[in-house]
Amino acid sequence: MKPQLSRFARGLLTCVAALLVVSVADAALHDLLAQNPFGAPRPAQAAEPEASGLIGWLLSKQSEFYRQMSATIRAAKSDGSAVWTLLFISFAYGIFHAAGPGHGKAVIASYLVANRETARRGIVLSFASALMQSLVAILIVGVSAWLLNATAKTMCKAEGAIEIASYGLIGLFGLRLVWVKGGAFIRALQAAHPVPAIAGMPHDHHDHDHHHHHDAHDHHGHAHHHHDHGHAHHHGHDHVHDEHCGHSHGPTPSELAGPGGWRRGFAAILTVGIRPCSGAILVLVFALAQGLFWAGIAATFLMGLGTAITVAAIAIVAVSAKDIAARLSGARDGSGALFMRGIEFGAAGLVLLFGVGLLFGYIAAERTTCF
Amino acid sequence: MSMRGLFGFLLAAAMTLMAGAASAHPHVWITATSELLYAADGSITGVRHAWTFDDMFSAYAVQGLESKTKGAYTREELGSLAQTNVESLREYAYFTFARADGKKERFQEPVDYFLDYKDTVLTLHFTLPLKAPAKPKQLVLEVFDRSFFIDFQMAKDNPVKLVGAPAGCQMKLERPNDGTASAQKLNEQTFLNGENSNFGMMFANKITVDCP
Repeated sequence: MKPQLSRFARGLLTCVAALLVVSVADAALHDLLAQNPFGAPRPAQAAEPEASGLIGWLLSKQSEFYRQMSATIRAAKSDGSAVWTLLFISFAYGIFHAAGPGHGKAVIASYLVANRETARRGIVLSFASALMQSLVAILIVGVSAWLLNATAKTMCKAEGAIEIASYGLIGLFGLRLVWVKGGAFIRALQAAHPVPAIAGMPHDHHDHDHHHHHDAHDHHGHAHHHHDHGHAHHHGHDHVHDEHCGHSHGPTPSELAGPGGWRRGFAAILTVGIRPCSGAILVLVFALAQGLFWAGIAATFLMGLGTAITVAAIAIVAVSAKDIAARLSGARDGSGALFMRGIEFGAAGLVLLFGVGLLFGYIAAERTTCF
Repeated sequence: MSMRGLFGFLLAAAMTLMAGAASAHPHVWITATSELLYAADGSITGVRHAWTFDDMFSAYAVQGLESKTKGAYTREELGSLAQTNVESLREYAYFTFARADGKKERFQEPVDYFLDYKDTVLTLHFTLPLKAPAKPKQLVLEVFDRSFFIDFQMAKDNPVKLVGAPAGCQMKLERPNDGTASAQKLNEQTFLNGENSNFGMMFANKITVDCP
């Protein structure tokens, strides 16, 4: 048995990790309950407390950078050097602005936690989705405003349609994760509290066969089912393979390099990146109106770069936190593994929650307002 | 357990909290002036707004609109856009919330609406008639967007006018705290007493009219 101190430390860390999960859930719920824009807005006196002074400061910084953009684009018409200012402002804005589920930060972090991804992959996903976001914004404005000279109404409707589609995708993506992670969690639960042998054992074995059979086809589920199998297997038989059952490490390099690994990641990029930022669209149209469309495009890419850096930082933190939780919650016993499955299941649930909340308007963040 | 690990956890917790809370910032700025309209008997009948949009949104809004003179738009050329505006605003209850002696009042569809375009910015004019004229001792009118996609600021000069109000009526305007004010308040007390945490309210423009 471990020394007393280590057990205490482990317990403490477990508490901290649980707290972290609760705080994520709380933040999500907070957003969920904040408003229903499809109904009549709540009267002012019923306004929910939303944020503290720190958030106010962050918001005011974003607003500041954002507001400077139009003046800088105007200035760039006569003074070319203002373009450098514009690029810097856009970059800074992107860094500050990469907040809120609409920008996929929460989705990416939850996805990484749910899928035991590496930090390196988190970074790649963050940059790829931000790049895609920029490209979609440029494409929308380039085609509809520049080529077709469409009105704002049309553009906003297109934006709204893409928004709904992207929220739907997040929901589906979350559903898929919940399905996979829920199964893993339930199996971990069964393994942690072994049911009478007759009921428990054949079930595990059934899973074993089933998933191995599937591995050849289902790239998405590959890594997890494999681990799940190992876990169930180990509990059914002996404790020799403990080291492989804790999942405190991300996918092995070979898993990452495989075609399935990146295909999984692509779903995340698409889900998050398809929805353009309203701010970028406004900047692009404004730049177009000033006859400086290229400056708007450059600004959009710099915004994307800034966004990617923030999202990547958060992805790294999320992945490291989970790795530490895995190491300390005791990958060595059943309850630790159960705890990790629980975290993954929770993270998967969060993705679903975000998708559903955004889709049905319970999360008002970054909602496109056409008027 | 290493210190680094603990630090990572705390950082992660802080960042996830921020991620949930910092969800939006304004994309549209409106400078508003409002007139409170009174009938001869001293009851309030409605509100007339003039909302001037920021230049970025104005450029966005007029994108693709036909005009005889390049860079200039007449009231007629902007007619369909104005109609779209007021129709869309219904979903957001016109961002205008009235209470007469604490009782919530409702508005009818906007009338007399039009847009004008001057110095590269658009101004939307419209009147919101009250469903039923009211004659309260105290009227509270708030103009703001709870989702904070739009930042409403009342104009610096003559932001609120009482038109035909009975003598003795007193108007008071409370402007929202801006970000700089909240940044200055950022200390432990901010988090402890929660007074500053009512974020939606921070951006409300509150007009109070007390009549004898």
